[in-house]
Amino acid sequence: MPNDIYAGYAPYSDEDQPPSRSDLYRSTLARAPTRPLYAPPRTVSELTGPVFGHEDVLPEEADLAHVDGKPCLGQLIVVTGKVMDEDGRPVPRTLVEIWQANAAGKYNHPADSSAAPLDPGFAGCGRCLTDDEGRYRFLTIKPGAYPVPNSGNWWRPPHIHFSLFGPTYLTRLVSQLYFPGDVLNGRDRIMATVPSEVARERLTAVYDPAVGIDEVALGYRFDIVLRGRDATPMTG
Amino acid sequence: MTTAWQTLGPFFSPFLLKPGENDLTRIRPGAAPAEGRTIQIMGTVREQNGVPVAGALLEIWQANAAGRYAHPADTSGLPLDPNFRGFGRVYTDREGRYCFRTIKPGPVPGPGNRWQAPHILLSIFAAGLLRRLTTRIYFPDENANAEDPVLATIEDPAARATLIARTEGSGRYVFDIVTSGEGETAFFTD
Repeated sequence: MPNDIYAGYAPYSDEDQPPSRSDLYRSTLARAPTRPLYAPPRTVSELTGPVFGHEDVLPEEADLAHVDGKPCLGQLIVVTGKVMDEDGRPVPRTLVEIWQANAAGKYNHPADSSAAPLDPGFAGCGRCLTDDEGRYRFLTIKPGAYPVPNSGNWWRPPHIHFSLFGPTYLTRLVSQLYFPGDVLNGRDRIMATVPSEVARERLTAVYDPAVGIDEVALGYRFDIVLRGRDATPMTG
Repeated sequence: MTTAWQTLGPFFSPFLLKPGENDLTRIRPGAAPAEGRTIQIMGTVREQNGVPVAGALLEIWQANAAGRYAHPADTSGLPLDPNFRGFGRVYTDREGRYCFRTIKPGPVPGPGNRWQAPHILLSIFAAGLLRRLTTRIYFPDENANAEDPVLATIEDPAARATLIARTEGSGRYVFDIVTSGEGETAFFTD
């Protein structure tokens, strides 16, 4: 396979992406690598990646706000947006996964030891495939903030975790959506690890009544840019 | 501008892991088995000072027994296996342990008409990791390791050795991972 095929995957920008180790997020210091990373040639192994289809995802998995028809507590929201590459081209039929705390700030996860209550009507996670234009859409609730144990009263702002695959191994992305205007955003130690202010702003969803449901759910737009450019050589 | 990475955090939902997602030998539980030799790959993920990393998400991506990836960008013409997708994932337990069941991948084409030794791509996501860690699992007793174009870029023999699993009985391989500090696994730029 010719090497120029890989030209579409430039290294990530250190301005737009968090570093591996950060004094702001102290658990990186014992866990993240101390040695420089190797940069071997990209091969067919990295230029391919898992392919998901409609057989892998049920339509009801895009609705986190109901379990077996029972509704959950909290402020209903629609979260929707477009998944694109760095040239703005849509990424169709790619798997999007989200997980989040419930309205009380509690995760349905054995490692969450907080005293906040679980909500039997709340699924806590969801999945969908993007459509032909790269769009995804979830119905969920606005998550609560929660305190990080033994952190000197650091509260994580309301956020939704996102996991995306994109077309190849190199386009994998795990990120978090934050809500506009929350006082905790500027104090969050994880969001603060992103050096560029513009990149941090892009992690903040945009309130958009047009994507909500009248008299039912608020609407938020959150567009996602995966790594990758058109690597077709210029001609003419 | 790419969307910024953020940590997986400690609460990745176990409900997003489908039953049998760490068993790549079948597309879904009860489906027909993939071609090739079934193997197990297991190990422990540790951070600095040997502390186990519980609740890490590990993902693997690999070619089938013939060395073909189930992806349209693999144009090698090697045979596809309809019963093998090549992707699996698993959560580490309280002691940081994980286990995959899969098939031994074949050698796959590499840059410049060279072949790559059989290998599996591995990604690690966890709280305390702002971005994923990426590396490769290679197999012991593969002469092709000496010619592998990716292993060849790691000059330090001790670092190179961290990418080679060890055999523990027939079809059982152990691949321990050290994310930070002494004995650190060699990781790649993402």
